[in-house]
Amino acid sequence: MNHPLPPETSNEPMAPGQRLPESDRKEFSPEALAEIQALMVKFPDKLAATLPALHIAQREFGFVSLSAMKAVAKAIGIPEGHVFGVATFYTMYQKAPVGKFHLQVCTNISCALRGAAQLLEKVCEKTGVKPGQGPSADGMWSVEEVECLAGCGSGPCVQVNHDVYDEFVDEKKLIEVMEACKRGDYRPWAH
Amino acid sequence: MAAIRTKPDPQIYTFPGFGTEKYPNLMLRGAGDLDNWNLKVYEQKHEGYVALKAALKMEPVAVVEEMKTSGIRGRGGAGFPCGLKWSFMPKDTADRKFTRYLVCNGDEGEPGTFKDRAILEYNPHQLIEGMIIGGWAMQCKLGFVYIRGEFLWLIEKLEAALQQARDAGYLGKNIMGTGWDYDILVYRGAGAYICGEETALLNSLEGRRGEPRVKPPFPAAKGAFGQPTTVNNVETLAAVPPILRMGGAEYAKLGTPKNTGTRIFGVSGHVKRPGLFELPLGTPMDFVVNELAGGSSTGKKIKAIIPGGSSAPMFDEKDFDCPLDFDTVKARGSMAGSGGLICMDEDTCMVQATLRLIRFYAHESCGQCTPCREGCNWMEMVLYRIEHGEGRMEDLDLLAGLTPRIGLRTLCPLGDAACGPMDSALQKFRHEFEHHITHKTCYAQGSRLLTAVGAH
Repeated sequence: MNHPLPPETSNEPMAPGQRLPESDRKEFSPEALAEIQALMVKFPDKLAATLPALHIAQREFGFVSLSAMKAVAKAIGIPEGHVFGVATFYTMYQKAPVGKFHLQVCTNISCALRGAAQLLEKVCEKTGVKPGQGPSADGMWSVEEVECLAGCGSGPCVQVNHDVYDEFVDEKKLIEVMEACKRGDYRPWAH
Repeated sequence: MAAIRTKPDPQIYTFPGFGTEKYPNLMLRGAGDLDNWNLKVYEQKHEGYVALKAALKMEPVAVVEEMKTSGIRGRGGAGFPCGLKWSFMPKDTADRKFTRYLVCNGDEGEPGTFKDRAILEYNPHQLIEGMIIGGWAMQCKLGFVYIRGEFLWLIEKLEAALQQARDAGYLGKNIMGTGWDYDILVYRGAGAYICGEETALLNSLEGRRGEPRVKPPFPAAKGAFGQPTTVNNVETLAAVPPILRMGGAEYAKLGTPKNTGTRIFGVSGHVKRPGLFELPLGTPMDFVVNELAGGSSTGKKIKAIIPGGSSAPMFDEKDFDCPLDFDTVKARGSMAGSGGLICMDEDTCMVQATLRLIRFYAHESCGQCTPCREGCNWMEMVLYRIEHGEGRMEDLDLLAGLTPRIGLRTLCPLGDAACGPMDSALQKFRHEFEHHITHKTCYAQGSRLLTAVGAH
């Protein structure tokens, strides 16, 4: 598992239990807090709210930073270490900022047989970013190479944020999708 | 609540003769029609909730018996008889000492498998009905549907469908006047293939890291939140309403005697018509690939087929006639798994294909058991070396020696799953590996499965 460590706002690396300076702390909005509290009683155990609460944190703060993890732990009332462990285990929690449109290209076997590797290179060329290297300079794009997105028959598959999930993405279709993003047809990341 | 996505998808769901007596349409009813998920359509067109009304008039034990009679085997991969699994739950249904849970496994992450997505997209009510019947049969208090996080739009759709079912009185308190309370909750995963393993899924459902648990205790004794739990695949639960509608004995006549019923086969890779085909178990593989999926899309012969999702060992040409049922595929040295057929043509370099598969397992290993965590990474590194022309002949023995040290030595089958493609590729396509080592280039030129822009 090659999970990146959460980026810190200060230059010093931090342990999960360490206190953040006041300016770096994150607070949930009252609506998000109410949502998390509803989750805590929805499931038989409040610990079960960890995963959905992290999804909410990602939506609220754009990515799951260490301070976002701390906010989740505080909201549910569970140890920070537990939230840190969970957040770093799952790949869908972005531990570093991503662009306004996060393009996730599946390069697993079924998609690869239909040209996913070439597609990923095209995506990188068109957006000017490399997978896992953070957003482009204008903050528009970020690219990630992901494992199977369960669209094997009609791949190669690209997922744009959480909304769209485009099949048969060849070069023509890719340009169409990117134009649609620029026009604002797709919801930007974390909205 | 976000709007329900109405984007058509390009999959193929049908073929000539589908829906006739020979190829009954039980799971993919109305697939391709984006309105099909509505309760109204399901009730009017597809005999919706007829089976539930019948089941609620039966004793719970009788429903489990009906499932046993049908002989249906779990569609998730292992092929465990579903009725038997249900009967493992504690039977004190009268005094209700335990809180029982039913969990639906919708963490579809196996490369080559894309069937659950179609059920959730077009027939969510069939799954809901199956889950209510299962909940009644085992007298559960709650049902959970664990869906992978990437399927956000399907989660929204399922939530809407659940609300329709609640409004219609199929879920909630005192369902249809039986005095039984039951509800279904949706839980969204966050991107981990390992959560498709049932105990890892339960850990994830409890809000923990998705690491598999030590078995025993099995989930039927101690599962979600420490209570007796049954975990079933989406496709298995969606098959419950048709079974009760037609009767277990009638369902058992489909397929072959020990592998009853229909299942959805997903064909992907180098074929003309990739898509999902619902077929009775025991349908020969070459019929599926050549007749239904249209054969090779590149004009080259198909060299290898993975018969059951990426975890299954590959078949080469001499096994292409294999009937697709759990027992025969196993007897031929592979496994029917999740029913995803991945076809590769002659131009595919098997070293690249194997490296791509092993990279997946190395990435998705949860890191709990040493043989899998280290072994998969070592296999990836050795294969990488061979692929990049720096391999040595003894590497092949090293790879062959690694797999028996991973397989069956881990808590969950992920390690074994990585060994399947590795072993079979090495046995059946050894000459390609040797060619790579001696000539420092691919035996089958013309495929490029790996990216040049850096891996994960």
